[in-house]
Amino acid sequence: MSDDAPREEGARRGLTRRSLFKGAGAAAAAGAVFRSLDASAKDDVPAGPRTQGPGKAKLTLQVNGQSREVQAEPRETLLEVLRLPLDLTGAKPVCNRGQCGACTVWLDGTPVYACSVLAVEAEGRKVTTVEGLGNPDDMHAVQSAFVEKDALQCGFCTSGLVMSAAWAVGKHGPDLSEEQARAACSGNLCRCGTYPHVVEAAIAAAKTAKKGG
Amino acid sequence: MPRTVTYKVGLVGHDKYKQGVEGIEQDLTVEIHELDAQPWGRDDVFRHVGHDVPRVDGPVKATGAAKYTYDINRPDLCVAGLVVSPHAHANIVSVDASAAKAMPGVLAVKTYEGRRVTYAGGIAAAVCAESESVLGDALNAIQVVYDVKPGPAVTDDAMKDGAPVVDPRRKTNVAGPRRGPLVRGKPDEAIAGADVVVEATYRTPVQTHSCLEPHGCMCEIHDDGTATVWASTQATAFFANRRLTQALGLPRNKVRVLTHHMGGGFGSKFSALEWDVICAEFARETKRPVRLMLSRRVEHLVGGNRPDSIQRMRLAGSKDGTFAALDGETWGTSGNGTGGAGSANFMVYELPNLSMVQNGVATFSGIGRAFRAPRHPQGFYALESVIDRYAYAAGVDALAVRMKNDRHPVRQVQWRIGAERIGWRKNRRQVPGSDKGPVKRGVGCASGRWGQGGRHMVGRSQLVFDVVVDKDGGIAFQNAVQDIGTGTRTLIAVIAAEELGLAPGDIDVRIGDTNFPPGPGSGGSTTAPSIGAAVRNGALRVKESLAGLLALEWGVDEGALRWKDGVCRGPDGKQATVREACALLGEDGLRVRGRRERNWRSPYRETAGCQFAQVAVDTETGFITVEKVVAVHDCGRVIDSLTARSQVNGGVIQGISYALYEEKHTDRNLGDMVNPTFDTYRILGMEDCPPIDVVLTSVVAGYSNTGMAGLGEPATVPTPGAIANAVYNAIGVQVTDLPMTPARVLEALERRQG
Repeated sequence: MSDDAPREEGARRGLTRRSLFKGAGAAAAAGAVFRSLDASAKDDVPAGPRTQGPGKAKLTLQVNGQSREVQAEPRETLLEVLRLPLDLTGAKPVCNRGQCGACTVWLDGTPVYACSVLAVEAEGRKVTTVEGLGNPDDMHAVQSAFVEKDALQCGFCTSGLVMSAAWAVGKHGPDLSEEQARAACSGNLCRCGTYPHVVEAAIAAAKTAKKGG
Repeated sequence: MPRTVTYKVGLVGHDKYKQGVEGIEQDLTVEIHELDAQPWGRDDVFRHVGHDVPRVDGPVKATGAAKYTYDINRPDLCVAGLVVSPHAHANIVSVDASAAKAMPGVLAVKTYEGRRVTYAGGIAAAVCAESESVLGDALNAIQVVYDVKPGPAVTDDAMKDGAPVVDPRRKTNVAGPRRGPLVRGKPDEAIAGADVVVEATYRTPVQTHSCLEPHGCMCEIHDDGTATVWASTQATAFFANRRLTQALGLPRNKVRVLTHHMGGGFGSKFSALEWDVICAEFARETKRPVRLMLSRRVEHLVGGNRPDSIQRMRLAGSKDGTFAALDGETWGTSGNGTGGAGSANFMVYELPNLSMVQNGVATFSGIGRAFRAPRHPQGFYALESVIDRYAYAAGVDALAVRMKNDRHPVRQVQWRIGAERIGWRKNRRQVPGSDKGPVKRGVGCASGRWGQGGRHMVGRSQLVFDVVVDKDGGIAFQNAVQDIGTGTRTLIAVIAAEELGLAPGDIDVRIGDTNFPPGPGSGGSTTAPSIGAAVRNGALRVKESLAGLLALEWGVDEGALRWKDGVCRGPDGKQATVREACALLGEDGLRVRGRRERNWRSPYRETAGCQFAQVAVDTETGFITVEKVVAVHDCGRVIDSLTARSQVNGGVIQGISYALYEEKHTDRNLGDMVNPTFDTYRILGMEDCPPIDVVLTSVVAGYSNTGMAGLGEPATVPTPGAIANAVYNAIGVQVTDLPMTPARVLEALERRQG
């Protein structure tokens, strides 16, 4: 997003950047200009940044290895787009301000709070959700370990904790220490009190992981 | 015809610790219903019961496949939200929703002009919209004019003479006990004549439940004139109350409530509440499915809370550590309602003379709701704190004092176990606060109790499980009961599998659906002990029916058949497993009903527990680190030791969080909560969590054919007291307010030096 971005597309629709800002307010404008890596962009539109919004615009996300096209407002968060319209409801809305970690997903392999990432920011990056890690019949080692060690109770924080713990296991492999597991999960709140079993699960899963896995 | 059975009850195992404890093992003779299963005795051996069994819904939860109320999507789903009052006491003069109504995507708006709100969070308007973003815009566009009135939102202010009253029919916000003070013996005389008398006043904060899934529901009215309500509730059977069904415009038997998974309740989520009714009204009005989940801020304001308390405690006793009398008075608010002060101040210990006055204080704040062991954590914090004060004053060991005045045989064993595991003799500072250097360590302990062996009724219906058996051996146990995260599904599977000689994974557990027989509300830690016995009887009915078929097949008398470990044996070496017997069924299978019979007489009045904590206190910063907690708990017969340990971990963790971090801060002038977010309302996180050593003392207490008792609530009762006593032992001065923040620790240290 930069100020000298070409304005052709917006201008063609009778919108200038200025009028758009004026009409939509700062919150919407913040996400109104974004880099589209959508290869299907029309041939007569120069490649590079284009202006869309503040209404719904087409967005292509790479989610769990699949290309998913959605209509979303530029101000919508990745969490909102994942849950509706994509119906990937593993990531949970709990605090909606980056405090609890229940919406943790991976962006290019790194855990992020999906409530604090705009959907447009995720365009062109690999999004992995808890559903992409495994399913009930074919679980990721960390998911199996969560079940085995009972690292879940009500389960509402579990998706986020699985994503944090699986990241730590992937990063540290069999050498994962309790301190590292705890640090990786320190941004995830749980109300039922699963923390001790989460650490046990992460360590157990790490023992089966390959180094640098 | 009732039948009489005699069997062994009491503590299972722990032989080393139960030496010489009277009543720890007994033979119990009870009259039971003729259809009730033979009770599981103390020495019975099991294949699944009492072992570590991973929860059966673990895979769907660990992979994000489990659908919670918040996750139920429909292509035409609408979302609804609330505009709430930021004022503790006000009349809503006008609501201008014209801008909101004009927004594309807004389907319906409700405004509540003329309403008197008596707490921050009172509803002023509601919006139903096609998307979350439109909803947010519309809620922001609504202008409410309030006529703000004085309204004390904190307990101290509401108690003052002349304070505005919440309930206009009353003269004051303070309501004393209806039947006057509770008096036993002659407390005044006992205190006057006692060797040692100690007194202190303890304060505990308002704690919010902070369930990660907020309150709310999703209502769908179908074309056939029925409705489905997905609800985040601890009581599917009671969620669809009259207000909700009226809002839907349907009789109750056309409203199906579903709770397949729910994201935490802890006592705050039972019947449908005001916002659920609004959601139902919107669904009826818009003819579309509507979901209304509270925002985090509103959840903190109105989702429920544990009332605060002010507890004045005076304990008297002899120099040798025998209690003579307790005299106490407590005040506490549960918001708009009264009651809820710590009235668990006089439990567990023998107190021959007692005087207690409990006052409820109404405040202009969001109403309190049952919260994991209502009254207990706060009451036990004050009780156990004043006991340590007494022990130091009398010069006797604090653990010895407890054991001397506690008559529960199971807890006598538990005190021994816990003391050994925390290293009481070595780690308890004889002189509190005597460590050299700025970081000082100490250990403390506290008792806990609970009293639930389950119930045989759900409202006015008998608690039953439907069991549906197929010719191919598929077996489903069906009841409306919900799993609030405790492992209800799993224990149903474990008990059924044990009886039928199958694996827990073979049992199809269908719950959280009011199309099945009503299930108990998850309150009072009664769910597991209530349903367990019905599940057993359901399995028993299956075996009886199958035995009848086998008798026909083998041409023998039914009385000659015996089931053991899921295998039915007849004469001449004939035998069949449950699955083999099922093959004799017709295509229509078999449907039977397992009924929960009444609780039996138990020789143990209540379940016992105790916890020990070790802390390190930095006396320069006031920061407390909990280094270890030992939690010893009795929950009757343990069904699944893995999920049971999870429950205890959870109780301890919530207890530490309550003792050290959590406090709903209310602006006493404006009446609004100033910390309605998770960075300002702090709950315990991963890095704060100490090692927790859980010891389950399985006790066959004789309540039912399984011997189960509740565990969820008792596990949080002793924790705040144990931590507070460890802090006292470490620094030599008592911090008398929860949460024990660094500032309060430093203040306490200053008082000692000053």
